[in-house]
Amino acid sequence: MLLSLVLFALGVGLISLLLLLNTQLQEKFDKNLADIDLVIGAKGSPLQLILCSMYHIDAPTGNISIKEAKPFLNPNHPLIKKTVPLSLGDSHKGYRIVGTLPSFLELYNAEIGTGKIWENDFEVTIGAGVASDLKLKLGDQFHSSHGFVLDDNLIHDDGDKFKVVGILKPTGSVADQLILTNTQSIWKTHDHASPNDESHEDHDHEGHDHDHDHSEEPKPLIEEVDQEITSLLIQFKNRNYQTLNMARSINENTDMQAANPPIEINRLHAMVGVGEEALRILALIIVFVSGLSIFISLFDSLRDRRYELALMRVMGASRSKLFSLIILEGILLAALGFAIGIFLSHIGMEVLANFMKSSYRYSFSGTVFLKEEIYLLLGALAIGMLAAIIPAIQASRTDISKTLTDS
Amino acid sequence: MLKTKNLEFSYNNQNWLKFPDIDCKEGEHWLLIGLSGSGKTTLLHLLGGLRTPKKGDIIIANTNISKLSSSELDHFRGKQIGIVFQKAHFVRSLTVEENLKLAQKLAGQPVSTARINELLERLNVQHKLKAKTDSLSIGEQQRVAIARALVNKPNIILADEPTSALDDKHCDEVLELLETQATQENATLLIVTHDARLKEKFENQITLEDN
Repeated sequence: MLLSLVLFALGVGLISLLLLLNTQLQEKFDKNLADIDLVIGAKGSPLQLILCSMYHIDAPTGNISIKEAKPFLNPNHPLIKKTVPLSLGDSHKGYRIVGTLPSFLELYNAEIGTGKIWENDFEVTIGAGVASDLKLKLGDQFHSSHGFVLDDNLIHDDGDKFKVVGILKPTGSVADQLILTNTQSIWKTHDHASPNDESHEDHDHEGHDHDHDHSEEPKPLIEEVDQEITSLLIQFKNRNYQTLNMARSINENTDMQAANPPIEINRLHAMVGVGEEALRILALIIVFVSGLSIFISLFDSLRDRRYELALMRVMGASRSKLFSLIILEGILLAALGFAIGIFLSHIGMEVLANFMKSSYRYSFSGTVFLKEEIYLLLGALAIGMLAAIIPAIQASRTDISKTLTDS
Repeated sequence: MLKTKNLEFSYNNQNWLKFPDIDCKEGEHWLLIGLSGSGKTTLLHLLGGLRTPKKGDIIIANTNISKLSSSELDHFRGKQIGIVFQKAHFVRSLTVEENLKLAQKLAGQPVSTARINELLERLNVQHKLKAKTDSLSIGEQQRVAIARALVNKPNIILADEPTSALDDKHCDEVLELLETQATQENATLLIVTHDARLKEKFENQITLEDN
């Protein structure tokens, strides 16, 4: 009886965990697609480019020069509705710093919660998740760190400090996990940090910085032809053969590559999906076997309880009473197994969420309950009932007189 | 109160057991005596509504139970007939009190702890109220079994070989217990046995001939 309960809980738990993971992953992926039609970046793996530029989980494929990217930054491009440049490569305590334009926020429908959008160099607006995890407030300052891993040796401690000027409202998208600033700040951090730039001293930085902000108007990105960025997120006005050709021509005629997000994400799903499918089948087999084991244990226990059942008949219980008693027992077993399974899967999801958050910067949750889990409950109860039907018929057919005489 | 007429039963429709007519009045104590194989147990099960007769009628408290439907019979049995088996059996996972409550519930009677306490006190096993039935001595088990047979105030108490496994001393004790309790409840008592020791203790006797 205990074994069938454990088996049942395991099966239900696995299915529910898969459901939770799948739904939340799908949700994240969908939300982060943000209607981006094309990502342009350095040559390399297109999947990597997508993962890096849209999901912020992989490393960049390299940089592209503004000179080459210039046509796509042109606001009057006939096919392009919106282009958002990204400069990646730095982080703060594991959270990525993204040099971009304020139009980045529009992609993810992100709104300012408190403070404002970054305007000047070294001003940052941070996602809600970053703010709560790192306990950052408006006015807080920090040095950025090179790369995406936590390493004290890589901190740009001779560079300018970033200052938090705004915090975004939670969006449920990747924007929650990012630190956003302008592209120039990224360039400047790296200029300062480079060893041949030793003429500056720390005191001067602040002063210089303020000078920058007020005297020199920063040039538009499109004119910084000597500089580099990581990638471009592009929304087309319409998707048609011209946009297809554009992507192909970028891949064939430039040192850049154009990657199509839906295609790459489907590729990813196809690769991961095999394991997921196998797990799902495994879970179904476990549930089936546990249903069988409920059936067997109920059937077995009837033999031990034959006399008790006959006794109940003597005391006035009808056949249908015994039938419903055994059915109820099956359903109760299944319900208990379901409860344990759901409990385990949500605990498991919470543990996974913490693990995934620290490694992927994605927020998952074990406290979200899905509509599908109601179907899972109904399915579980149905299995418990089905497993109990034959034993219940057996019980209701107990021949009182014969059972009492035999014992 | 308990009456049978031309009662016949057969397991295979070839060898027929014919039973003598019985007529027990309310509150009377009867002994039904017969050798092994004479159909004693079959008759007890017929009278207790555990089997349906092939021919003839059984009338208990003005109800012809051979005419009742299966579920009517279940209900009638739970309420009107108390059976004490040779070996006491209980629902093992339940306590003494819960077993008695179950008997009330299954018979469709309201659960009355007062009634349960009263019976257990009369039978001197009140202190075992919360005990699991497995932990009772054989004597205590038999007392609880009697309490269970009585709990719904049945009109008829049937006892199947209540004494045959006991020595003389305990035989007298159990017999007295059954008779006192039946008298107190004003129930008709019918003891089915092959135990010859009981012969001289009952005025009303039915003897089953070997078939």
